[in-house]
Amino acid sequence: MTATPQNGAESAKETTRPKRLALVASKGTLDQAYPPLILATTAASLGWDVGIYFTFYGLDILHQDRFEKLKVASLANPAGPIRVPNLLGAVPGATAAATKVMKNWMKKSRMPELPEFIEMAQGLGVTFFACATTMGVMGVEETDLIEGCDIAGAAAFLDFAADADVQLYV
Amino acid sequence: MTTETPHVDETLDTSGLLCPLPVYKAGMALGNLEPGQVLQLICTDPGSLEDIPAMARQRGDTLVASEERGDTQVFWIEKGKV
Repeated sequence: MTATPQNGAESAKETTRPKRLALVASKGTLDQAYPPLILATTAASLGWDVGIYFTFYGLDILHQDRFEKLKVASLANPAGPIRVPNLLGAVPGATAAATKVMKNWMKKSRMPELPEFIEMAQGLGVTFFACATTMGVMGVEETDLIEGCDIAGAAAFLDFAADADVQLYV
Repeated sequence: MTTETPHVDETLDTSGLLCPLPVYKAGMALGNLEPGQVLQLICTDPGSLEDIPAMARQRGDTLVASEERGDTQVFWIEKGKV
């Protein structure tokens, strides 16, 4: 058994490492795709180390053919952009209308569109973990994803999240 | 906060932009400055009032002064050592 003289050095290292944010993005609607990307770009701008685990419907945010076409749900979304009785949310075209309203809100507020947010996050060095199980279950191939994703299982993400100062599930 | 205006090395105007853009753009601008240099940051996002001091604290920069001019906030941030 060895003594642990390196303890001091280790704790010194601990205090100088950047803070870490670990996010889980599990939703595949336009409105739910923004919060993890806003938090991620903000944390990275603060100098934090950031990783997002995209799992289940959240994986659509990384899907080349889908991330530009995410929609806002008009059904079962009482806080959605079009306040109509829930039943009318099922009318054909209601989802497209709700999506259009949200996109207009974002544009009027000069908020970047989702693809630009993804680029900002990647530019800041945010790690995108693509859930390997979701890929298997939903038949998503590595070539379907945008470039620069880490394909990872739950253990690999938890290994990253275990050292995080903030962990959030979106 | 103060009436004296600090020396400014760079100015960034984020008027009309909402969170996270003021912090994102300020982070980029500070990244290009040398430690000790000062960024003058202009914001109109009401959240900036708390966001910018928090950003400076988290990044290890120093908020040397701030001023409210109507709906506009002006911050002077000195880049930290790291």
